[in-house]
Amino acid sequence: MNIQEYPLVSDWLRPDGDHLVIRSGKVELGQRITTALMRIVAEELTLPLAALRIEPVRTGVTPDEGVTSGSNSVVDSGGTLRLAAATLRARAMALAAERLAEGVADNAPDLRIADGRITDPASGRHVNLLKILADCGDALPVDPDAPPLPLADRAPAPSAPPLGLEEIVRGAYAFVQDLERPGMLHARVIRPPRRNGRLEAIDAEARAAMAERGLEIVQDGSFLAVAGPAEWDVIRGATRLARGCSWTPGADLDEGDYQDLLLNNPRTSVPVVDGMPQDAPVPPPFEAPDFEATFTRPYQLHGAMGPSAALAEWGKDGRLDLVTHSQGIYPLRQTIAESLGLEENAITISHAPGPGCYGHNGADDAAFEAVLIARALPGRPVLLKWTREDEHGWEPVAPAMVVRMAARLEGDRIAAYSAEAYSDTHRGRPRPGPDRAGPRRLLANTYREAPEEPFVATPNMTRHAGLHRNLDPIYKVGEKRMVKNLVHDLPLRSSAMRCLGAAVNTFAHEAFLDELAEAAGQDPLEFRRAHLEDPHALAVLDRLAEALADSPPAEGAARGIAYAQYKNRMTRVAAAVDLRVTEAAEPVLERILLVADAGRIVDPEGLREQLEGGALQGASWALVEELHWDRDGVIDRDWDSYPVLRFPQVPRMETLLIDRPDAPSVGAGEASPGPVIGAIANALYGATGMRMRRMPFTADRLMSMALAE
Amino acid sequence: MSLTLRINGRDRQIDSDPDTPLLFVLRDELKLKGAKLGCGLEQCGACFVLADGEAVPSCVTPAAVFADKQVVTIEGLAERETGARVQRAFVDARAAQCGYCTAGMVVAATALLEAEPGADRDRARVALERNICRCGSHPRVLDAIEKAAKTT
Repeated sequence: MNIQEYPLVSDWLRPDGDHLVIRSGKVELGQRITTALMRIVAEELTLPLAALRIEPVRTGVTPDEGVTSGSNSVVDSGGTLRLAAATLRARAMALAAERLAEGVADNAPDLRIADGRITDPASGRHVNLLKILADCGDALPVDPDAPPLPLADRAPAPSAPPLGLEEIVRGAYAFVQDLERPGMLHARVIRPPRRNGRLEAIDAEARAAMAERGLEIVQDGSFLAVAGPAEWDVIRGATRLARGCSWTPGADLDEGDYQDLLLNNPRTSVPVVDGMPQDAPVPPPFEAPDFEATFTRPYQLHGAMGPSAALAEWGKDGRLDLVTHSQGIYPLRQTIAESLGLEENAITISHAPGPGCYGHNGADDAAFEAVLIARALPGRPVLLKWTREDEHGWEPVAPAMVVRMAARLEGDRIAAYSAEAYSDTHRGRPRPGPDRAGPRRLLANTYREAPEEPFVATPNMTRHAGLHRNLDPIYKVGEKRMVKNLVHDLPLRSSAMRCLGAAVNTFAHEAFLDELAEAAGQDPLEFRRAHLEDPHALAVLDRLAEALADSPPAEGAARGIAYAQYKNRMTRVAAAVDLRVTEAAEPVLERILLVADAGRIVDPEGLREQLEGGALQGASWALVEELHWDRDGVIDRDWDSYPVLRFPQVPRMETLLIDRPDAPSVGAGEASPGPVIGAIANALYGATGMRMRRMPFTADRLMSMALAE
Repeated sequence: MSLTLRINGRDRQIDSDPDTPLLFVLRDELKLKGAKLGCGLEQCGACFVLADGEAVPSCVTPAAVFADKQVVTIEGLAERETGARVQRAFVDARAAQCGYCTAGMVVAATALLEAEPGADRDRARVALERNICRCGSHPRVLDAIEKAAKTT
């Protein structure tokens, strides 16, 4: 979509003196996409990385590439930048040919491009590519068929530290949380004590205390904030103000086991065929399948290291400037405009780095709240920071999920296979849509004077999206039945977290496949091989088997494996996990081995980092993370009540990459969590003889399962 | 009542209320923004600074408590031989993704290697237990510490 709206090379690449400036709409989330995009352009133009710069992402300047999500940036932005660079190279070669041919009888020199220079080997004359790029003009359209630089001429950029890392280790990398502006105010929000509470009154003493401290109260219905020049004063002020507020209790949240809520609440059900939800009746469940199993994940947090923040300034001229770590500044701009009845072009949104988000966390909500506060205090820049309690308690969480599997075997082959997923929406991002779908998904809008009604989701009908991502198995099986159940009226606001449904669906497939392999009397790896036809999948599994062959699990440890291809069309990952279980029933990871095929590798170290990071986040989800709630709201508001994987739990990690230079590059940030969760479950079965089908696989759960058996 | 803190080798006159947690004095008054607020509850390690060579959280303890200590923040770490070595090793190992937790990790690793120059990977694993990373850079952080320990 990006090339239609931004058809010119100059929309993407602009020479600027000694540099070529890259304009991508994809934002830096810690995945170091900026480094990957630079490497793509560097390779296509044979330029050194030092000759490239990345334009900061800002509305009106960089292209609208929607949301930075779904592991799509290397394909979308990277693909377009490669075409733009290839178009530019072809144009530069043509211009160079004219120049180098001047005064030469043979007017068609056979030019070579290397190291940022275009050379005529016959005469030895050359031109500097960067200089000639400036003459290529602003009106050159991106050629969608521009051939990439031939393999033989490609010289991948030498490995270099990713953009920003030098600053990060010196504490000099500026996050949104670190921004300063002259006259800036800090702000904090005062939240209702219960999720559905409404502000009744603020007592006179609290108001007087704020005035005495020089702090501003900002109120819009039940949205309440305090702002002032010194951050610590504002934090203490917020505590004082909260003491003076009275709230209506509001309706209770539904309590209970999330699995019961998911299976019993009203739902919208659609069949899924070839990864696509269908507007058609749901096929009936298999009659008397040989095997059935149910896999679940609780609510989980994105749990960014730093609470969300945003800097907003409402100019006296009515213009709004916003700095945010949102993943989608253009959709956010549309939604803020719709929420406040503003013209979109009266709003400028700039992206600045935030703590890693792993999906839609509090970033957009904090951005809009900063805007509401700034609107009440025009002319003053306002830096709003959420607290740890805000982030844990109010971020749009990863929805709980249930996946029910059923199958029939014929001999050692799967003859029938059913996968049915149940979950709330994974689409809580404030994207505009019918029925004020954008504004209704911003937290503060549901608390303001004349509040928006909470968002009601409809099924996402695109291929491998939302809760049905990777619901369709990658394996060749006989009869298939996949059903997507979007469940309504659930207690917590939910949205996209890394992998969306694929984390749980892949866990379900891969753990269930091991159960079927065992029933068929087959080795898990051979059983998978027998149900795969894709030669690249087989190559990944072969590489895994080869790497495992001479390193059996240590004494007392067990091994599990798993395989998946993200969205059934992106990065292929095979995972092996070695673990043991202590006498206290604590699972201890010893080793994670990944083999991955992401097509043509853009940045080997960056690719490894994304796969490793995904593997460890998957391990954290699998082993420790579970968000608890009650009728008041989220209970777990800190890192003690919501534990995550820490250093002592981190295993040895190896990542093997298969490079396919002639294949397109695909994103890998979400490819490894699902297989790792599956491999952990399978290793736990090896270690304990118990099938863990409910995440997280904690010692308590292992103990109670052992006692029940 | 005025407070003087010794930060990164310099005496700094502090105007903030001495009850203010050190982190807010560093970030808000002194504009040393390398140490991050992650939780404000001493649970995550993002706000670590060196106090007399020990890695400690700065998000809760009042600044006044640090009055008789040598405080070193991530911004001053390069002036210590071990600190500079750890920073180099973090870059070489690409031991950060988003980088929000990194300052605290570099401080914790420096404190470890100053106290135990030969600390191995298992020792580092335990020493960094108080530091949370959500991007999964842990193996690379351990690589970096191991490498920094070996290059003494």
